[in-house]
Amino acid sequence: MDITSILFYVFSAILLFCGLRVITAKNPVHAALYLVLAFVTASCLWMMLGAEFLALTLILVYVGAVMVLFLFVVMMLDVDVESLRNGFWKNLPLALLLGLVASAEMILVILQNPQITAVANADPETTLSNSNVLGWVLYTQYSYPVELASLVLLLGLVVAVALTLRKSDKAAKYQNISKQVSVDSKTRFTMVKMDAEIEQQGEKQ
Amino acid sequence: MTYPNLFPVLPEIFMALMTIIILLVDAFSAKKSVITVLTLLTLIGCFVLQIHVSSPSTQLTFNDMFILDSLATGTKLFTYILSFVAVIYVRRYIIDKEINPGEFYAILLFAILGMMVMISADNMIVLYVGLELLSLALYGLIALQRDNVKATESAMKFFILGALASGILLYGISFIYGATGGNLQLELIVRSMLASQEQGISPLLTFGLAFVVAGLVFKLGLVPFHMWIPDVYEGSPLAVTTMIGSLTKIAAVVFMIRFLVGGLVLLSMYWTIMLLVLAMLSLFFGNIIAIAQTNIKRMLGYSTISHMGFVALGFIVVSVDGITSTLFYVITYSITALATFGILTALSKDGFECESIDDLKGLSSSHPVYAFLLMLTMFSMAGIPPLVGFYAKFKILAALVNTGLTWVAVFAVIMSLIGAFYYIRVVKAMYFDEKVKDIQVANICVGTKVLLVLNTLMLLVIGIFPSYLIDYCQKFIG
Repeated sequence: MDITSILFYVFSAILLFCGLRVITAKNPVHAALYLVLAFVTASCLWMMLGAEFLALTLILVYVGAVMVLFLFVVMMLDVDVESLRNGFWKNLPLALLLGLVASAEMILVILQNPQITAVANADPETTLSNSNVLGWVLYTQYSYPVELASLVLLLGLVVAVALTLRKSDKAAKYQNISKQVSVDSKTRFTMVKMDAEIEQQGEKQ
Repeated sequence: MTYPNLFPVLPEIFMALMTIIILLVDAFSAKKSVITVLTLLTLIGCFVLQIHVSSPSTQLTFNDMFILDSLATGTKLFTYILSFVAVIYVRRYIIDKEINPGEFYAILLFAILGMMVMISADNMIVLYVGLELLSLALYGLIALQRDNVKATESAMKFFILGALASGILLYGISFIYGATGGNLQLELIVRSMLASQEQGISPLLTFGLAFVVAGLVFKLGLVPFHMWIPDVYEGSPLAVTTMIGSLTKIAAVVFMIRFLVGGLVLLSMYWTIMLLVLAMLSLFFGNIIAIAQTNIKRMLGYSTISHMGFVALGFIVVSVDGITSTLFYVITYSITALATFGILTALSKDGFECESIDDLKGLSSSHPVYAFLLMLTMFSMAGIPPLVGFYAKFKILAALVNTGLTWVAVFAVIMSLIGAFYYIRVVKAMYFDEKVKDIQVANICVGTKVLLVLNTLMLLVIGIFPSYLIDYCQKFIG
């Protein structure tokens, strides 16, 4: 067994263990941290396949951005984990049975077909780097789905704003910049003429 | 470096641009009525552009990822017309419910754009991206009423189950990609399967197919992937139920035609069996459970499940005849559902939603016209001649009998008979029961009323003269 296969089995074992812990860990913060570890090991596997760009993007985007945000949410919202686990044991037998049947079927089908040929190898002639080739393909051959994906992102943005921004919300405070800029001394101060007040000694005590 | 031919994509580009313009107008203009007009103009513009770019021959562009054939042109035109009518129906409702029209219509146009992309996709990646564009927009539309607990709950359910189904679909696609030598192009998949046909069909392909079918029928809502439909129909505001219940079905069926009949036709012996089982389950559970419903939106949800069962039966007959009747069925069903939800929307006013079947009691004495229209749609859904629902069911049954699946046709007929019970119960509540609640009609304009009447009368007209629409559908396929 060469070093690559040893590494593959080590990383795969860690990945599977982490995946299991994500759903079994009692503490949601621990679960999120196991998910981070799962992402890192998955990116190591991709690195071994020669997909450096994807491996690094996985760490940057998922570990760096998504999971950090997720951890913030988990820590800020005091989620009552015990109530989420209600009915876990009640539903477990059926879920376990269905899961086992489905996975047994999948394993049987895969075992029938041992010769799985590798597809879509990168062009061995190319001297370009991984990210270079990916960019080239994305903006030529796959330009249409990339454009559409940008629309999906725009839609996500619009929906997120529509769901959270409420002008009518009393608690919300808004700045009207043109009003702020156009203030002068007259709108800010009003001079009130009034007589000087004389404090009366008797009342003060 | 050659640039892609943008001519066939013009309607999509126009739609995307107008969506962004509507967002900007909403941000900077105080007049909200402009947005409705802009939305309607967008749909008209797309319609005109679509006719302008259509040609008798098939047009491909963007490295063959985009296809504009007669199927795409025809179903897109129907989508524009139905969307146009739906926008007019829900216009008043949006104002009543104080939903911001800018956001609502912009997200709605995104959803329609998603349908357009799905309809003319020739590549699995594009099909998937179009599906996500549509689904994300729908989740957003349902959740737009943030303070409505039911709406947010159903949006959440729809979102989580939809994400799961998308994952399953993608998993299946990845296996098909692997088993066909790295192809996502539907035509190339067929070719690669034909080339390796002598060695038999790879188990990996059938493995992927099972996941793909599961993902697809979730979007269509067949049993046992139907659990979201009644909840979403009931939970979302009527305006959104109108959109989900009518517009999305055509795109979903075209999606299935492209994916299963177009891409995986050589595996048809596998997926016809899967669809047969799912369709029979849907017909059974959809019709039986609908009987127990007291909420009319929920009842229509279960009725959708049984109707989609019929649509799936049409797929089992893998022939021009079968697919034509499927298309005919889904188009006429969309028209019927649009009229039904349009009437219910018209009967909702000032925060009151016409939801319970009890609310409809005695409708014939207070609003005879609406009662009559609703009766026509119910009879059409139940499949009573001379309305179009009868003919659509008849076409599918005839196609089944012609291929020797008579027992399936008999089963479907028995299930529709059971289904007729709950449609006719609504009619009974309207015509023979004492009034329990005063229903006020929303102050919709005359144009909307005329449109409602025309829409419902279409059911009668197509029912009596179906051959025009059938010839039209046949042209899509041929």
